[in-house]
Amino acid sequence: MVQFTLPKNSKITEGKTWPRPVGARSQREYRIYRWNPEDGRNPRVDTYYVDTGDCGPMVLDALIWIKNNVDATLTFRRSCREGICGSCSMNIDGTNTLACTKAMSDIGGPIRIYPLPHLPVVKDLVPDLTNFYAQHASIQPWLQTVSPTPQKEWKQSHEDRQKLDGLYECILCACCSTACPSYWWNSERFLGPAALLQAHRFIMDSRDEATGQRLDNLEDPFRLYRCHTIMNCTKACPKHLNPAKAIAEIKRMLVERQV
Amino acid sequence: MAGPKHIRTPLGRVLGRGAAKSGTEHFWHQRLTAVANVPLTIAALGILIALLGRNQAAAAQILGSPAVSIIMLLFVSSIIIHMRIGMAAIIEDYVHDESAKLTLLMANTFFTIAVGLAAVYGLLKLSFGL
Repeated sequence: MVQFTLPKNSKITEGKTWPRPVGARSQREYRIYRWNPEDGRNPRVDTYYVDTGDCGPMVLDALIWIKNNVDATLTFRRSCREGICGSCSMNIDGTNTLACTKAMSDIGGPIRIYPLPHLPVVKDLVPDLTNFYAQHASIQPWLQTVSPTPQKEWKQSHEDRQKLDGLYECILCACCSTACPSYWWNSERFLGPAALLQAHRFIMDSRDEATGQRLDNLEDPFRLYRCHTIMNCTKACPKHLNPAKAIAEIKRMLVERQV
Repeated sequence: MAGPKHIRTPLGRVLGRGAAKSGTEHFWHQRLTAVANVPLTIAALGILIALLGRNQAAAAQILGSPAVSIIMLLFVSSIIIHMRIGMAAIIEDYVHDESAKLTLLMANTFFTIAVGLAAVYGLLKLSFGL
């Protein structure tokens, strides 16, 4: 059976409450998941207070403020701080999203931050995305052709190019896949919404000549059909893409090619 | 020191034994029976209400009508197929142990065939007035 409860060594305990900033006019309470693979202890939730007058408006700004001013051991991924690299994806206030595009003013009460759900944790807010990236690689996310390469370029009509809108913008932050219950239970075999959205991006590309093989490789009770249209993926996507629709399109194409 | 039990690249693990090249038929049949279930369930509920409070002879008379009987047989067949696919999906979702999964999938098939045939047998018996 799938495991519905956390194993004993993953049960979360109450952690340390760090001192409030001195002289801060306004502050926000942050409750952040901490786990260090080297100390042998269970994960815990630490409480921090952020001086909002001294820090930017986004949740990522607060995390950086904590790292700079309170606790240098707090570990998280971040890079572009403008929603284009997908590094700072985490579970904020119960929803998977990007810390850099989530304003702290949009959240009421203490701001709770956990790593993306149902992935092995490397440390604190850093999850292990190895399987997620391998799944992306497995759908062969590059243009495949048999025809000789044209001298100048592979041409595409304006209309066909528009079919890629809403697909190519994916930044592989993993917010969608890790929000999907089917992915939680079957991530070894179900490709998950992110990889399937990317598969659809290449299936839809008018220049690609491997459409048939791509569909063949997805036609599987687990790789594709574990999707039960729960729609958490679409709800979570911080780029406002619609993986659920992309998956439904793949299913429609598979039905159409045999009915 | 004992090494790890299995060493495989992440991509090797994901590619596994390849795609089963199946699943679309199940998906299609689930949609097909779902659509069929809408009018059939409404009709079956209507028949059920008409049967309420009647004795066996009156029930047999209503079910003896070919139209009523055929609607009920279609209803049972469509529901049974839909139920089998749905239950199989739940088993595949949650049961990861291969032998337990195969046993449960088998039991699911046996159960739906038994329940379906029992219902069809009962309907035929009543409608032919045997």
